[in-house]
Amino acid sequence: MSVYNAFHLPTIPALQDRDPVPTGLRIVRSTYRDSVSLMQLSARIAALAGVEQASVVMATEGNLALLREAGLLDEPVSASPGDLLAIVRGATPEAIEAALAEAERGLSAPATQGARRVAREAAPRSLQSALAAMPEATLALISTPGEYAAAEALKALRLGLHAMLFSDNVSVADERMLKQEAREHGLLVMGPDCGTAIVGGVPLGFANAVRPGPIGVIGASGTGMQQVTSLADRAGVGISHALGTGGRDLRAEIGGATMLAALDELAADAGTRVLVLVSKPPAPEVARRVLERARHAGKPVVACFLGTNAKEVEGGGVVAAATLEDAAAMAAALARGERAAPAAATLPAFQDPGLHSGQRYVRGLYSGGTFCYEATLLLSGQLENVRSNTPVSRARELENTWRSAGHTLVDLGDDEFTRGRPHPMIDHRLRNERIVREAEDPEVAVLLLDVVLGYGAHPDPAREMVPALRAARAAAERAGRRLALVGFVCGTEGDPQGLARQETALREAGMVLTGSNAQAARLAAAMVSAHGTAGRT
Amino acid sequence: MARLVERKLGVLNVGLAQFAEAIATAGGAALQVDWAPPAAGDRDAAMALARLVNAPAIENANRKAFEAFLAASPVLRGVASARELPGLTGRMLLHAGPPIEWARMCGPMQGAIVGAILYEGWAKNADAARALAASGAVRFEPAHHHAAVGPMAGIISPSMPVWVVEDTAHARRAYSNFNEGLGKALRFGAYGAEVLARLKWIETVLAPAAGAALASLGGIELKPLMAQALTMGDEVHNRNAAASALLLRRLAGALVRAAPAPAALGEVFDFIAGNEHFFLNVSMAACKAMLDAAHGVPGSSLVTAMARNGVEFGIRVSGLGERWFTAPAAAVDGLYFAGYSAADAARDLGDSAITETAGLGGFAMAAAPAIVKFVGGSPEDAIENSLRMRQVTLGESSVFQLPALDFRGTACGIDARRVVDTGIEPVINTGIAHRAPGVGQIGAGLTRAPLACFAQAVVALDAQLGRG
Repeated sequence: MSVYNAFHLPTIPALQDRDPVPTGLRIVRSTYRDSVSLMQLSARIAALAGVEQASVVMATEGNLALLREAGLLDEPVSASPGDLLAIVRGATPEAIEAALAEAERGLSAPATQGARRVAREAAPRSLQSALAAMPEATLALISTPGEYAAAEALKALRLGLHAMLFSDNVSVADERMLKQEAREHGLLVMGPDCGTAIVGGVPLGFANAVRPGPIGVIGASGTGMQQVTSLADRAGVGISHALGTGGRDLRAEIGGATMLAALDELAADAGTRVLVLVSKPPAPEVARRVLERARHAGKPVVACFLGTNAKEVEGGGVVAAATLEDAAAMAAALARGERAAPAAATLPAFQDPGLHSGQRYVRGLYSGGTFCYEATLLLSGQLENVRSNTPVSRARELENTWRSAGHTLVDLGDDEFTRGRPHPMIDHRLRNERIVREAEDPEVAVLLLDVVLGYGAHPDPAREMVPALRAARAAAERAGRRLALVGFVCGTEGDPQGLARQETALREAGMVLTGSNAQAARLAAAMVSAHGTAGRT
Repeated sequence: MARLVERKLGVLNVGLAQFAEAIATAGGAALQVDWAPPAAGDRDAAMALARLVNAPAIENANRKAFEAFLAASPVLRGVASARELPGLTGRMLLHAGPPIEWARMCGPMQGAIVGAILYEGWAKNADAARALAASGAVRFEPAHHHAAVGPMAGIISPSMPVWVVEDTAHARRAYSNFNEGLGKALRFGAYGAEVLARLKWIETVLAPAAGAALASLGGIELKPLMAQALTMGDEVHNRNAAASALLLRRLAGALVRAAPAPAALGEVFDFIAGNEHFFLNVSMAACKAMLDAAHGVPGSSLVTAMARNGVEFGIRVSGLGERWFTAPAAAVDGLYFAGYSAADAARDLGDSAITETAGLGGFAMAAAPAIVKFVGGSPEDAIENSLRMRQVTLGESSVFQLPALDFRGTACGIDARRVVDTGIEPVINTGIAHRAPGVGQIGAGLTRAPLACFAQAVVALDAQLGRG
């Protein structure tokens, strides 16, 4: 008999009387537990209601003999020393059965009690490991290099997680596969190339801090959603959720799979009372399908398909917004129970910047692709020959994105500029250089700039930009010119950077700030138009 | 599946850590994944893996395989002649690791084969033995193909005695040869007279005595014994001091009653007492029995063998039949005995990684602080290794527990998918053999099962499920 076995003997009390009290036993085969664990288990079972005595021991000859001597065991047992034996004396067969079941559980469960205290658990190396560490997780946010992003997203879906793919460079085939898989599992895939989402107030990727409220946003454009959510917040109406679809979702190849699924999500969400859809013009058949679904959402829908004719959109509870700002204003009105009306189109008052006659052009340098796109749309309606790398039907494709000509609007967040370089919302250097370069061009009248705040963006964009803005003005002044700096800040007071703080610093540097991208674009157009030389090339 | 906006958001963040920080700042819950490209950046394998994650066919198969593994009940039943091994016929020698032909074998394995040929009397001297081995007249097959395992060179010849371990839960047997002790030994490629004499003594004195003792005991259940050894500082791969003592204690009375001549009995006791690795081969056979119980479940990604032949590292996977998935055997990161260095070392060798495959050895290193330095680490490292392995396994042992981890079960049931997904290569404690035949063990250390083996298995499993 080993020390281990002998160590158990005190846990089997000798019986003084031998009443025919029922006993029960259970054998757990081929199991080893150290003696202290067995004693603890014995004590735990003995403390259960209706249990008089209980013991869990290794089934050695010696232990069996002692159990017999104690009157706990009077039948032959077919157990080997490698087995464990639980024996219980109790008031009722039910109590005995319950105690034996508890003993069995105690012996079969891995001994994890208190393991977290000891465990210096390694950081999870895979989604699956992470999910084991955080079983309540609901979503995987994926920002790996694009070539691995689809695999990670597929794993997320297989593990029952919704997915947001911040990554770009995912093939159309993979996007289709992922969205098909998501549909089969009733899950949502936001992206690929989805920069922005807000779920229950939590920012995912690039997102602004907005108050909770009744407006739900679904968008194929990250900055578009940032503009709508931050303007709604500034209008005093909050956001329930903002779900991104990724830039390609509304193309014919993808068919709006995510926007349709997100519409279903928010249609069913009691906290969402008004819906806003944000996108560049969808493929016509996709637009039809999305609008059809929107009309059945059971709640008012504001569709902001930038550059789409309102007549193609409106009807059956869907209203069209021409700009992001309008979308926010209309949604806020609907949320207040008012009629949807676009934002006031009055131009902000501005001082004559005192331009020379040769200063004729607007140069827009954007960090947000949708801002560039929306501004191009608006400027093209008012000025001739607007060039852009996010061209709309009436604007011309920029021949060389690194060199401006005439009215030029450039999205500096385009792949061409971000290859091997951080996004301009994070790293302002590239844009700062270009701000100064444009200022040196004697034909430039207005520099048009967006400033994006929120989670994910640079912690203090104004601090980064102010030296470049001052240098730009100084360069113009050295040449005897004045330069108009026009822009807007996309953000809220709740953002980590603080809206007011950023606006104050930018105004001090001579920037004329409007409330929105649309207003800034209109103001820039008005400045060169008032100057009377707009667009004559 | 619940809609995204219905439940409280919890985010697993793969990629830019700033996103997880922003979520936390905003009062949300996020956990950062310590991500690296899966399969060492092999995009196709990464995609194959993604298709297999949580795939119902594999999950079900793994549940079945893992249950069989856990249910296995290895009993040290007795001693037999290697001639009784299934499929071992004629002039055949078994070796460690995946299949390999004579010409490519490492020095210790060739030396051990020369020794085994001399031991069998198939040749008169070493040169003749080499010539015979090279002639193709002797067949070489992995021990794993014959339900057997052997440490280091792992050479088993027909006349050698083998331990018989029976899995009573599945009525199946596994075998291993006898451990010869340290120093000049056949498993390190030594074939001198003293080596052959010791093998003969094992065959004629030790094995019959042990066989008779086991026959009178009716067998010894191995899981409880190994579990107890874990609580006594063994990990039953590179440290078997407690297990060997426990085995001797169980055998002692029966050995005496089996009554070989007193002198022989003394030799038997001295031999067992003098070899702290006496239990290793029994441990290996027990692990082999547990893993064979889990082998052959269609669709299962459970790894049922990891083994090295000194040139290649190979794994087998439950749902992928008899195939081996191999990669070059790694050099061992370890400490060397005085007078030796890494330049003298053979590459990773032996079937003993079957213990890690079963969740012991390196996986149970937290149990064996006494040898952590020997394999180049601290007790802290040992605990971390034991914890890290949980990320690549299907579960925890219900029987083998680690006191240092508050008696949590050892991580076991290596899932080829999880290895590829996490990039965590299974850790293996191992002895280091001298590259020249017959010098013996020159150190010990840690090595890792190469990721490439698991990536190949994942791609094969994906193809088998018809989605490759």
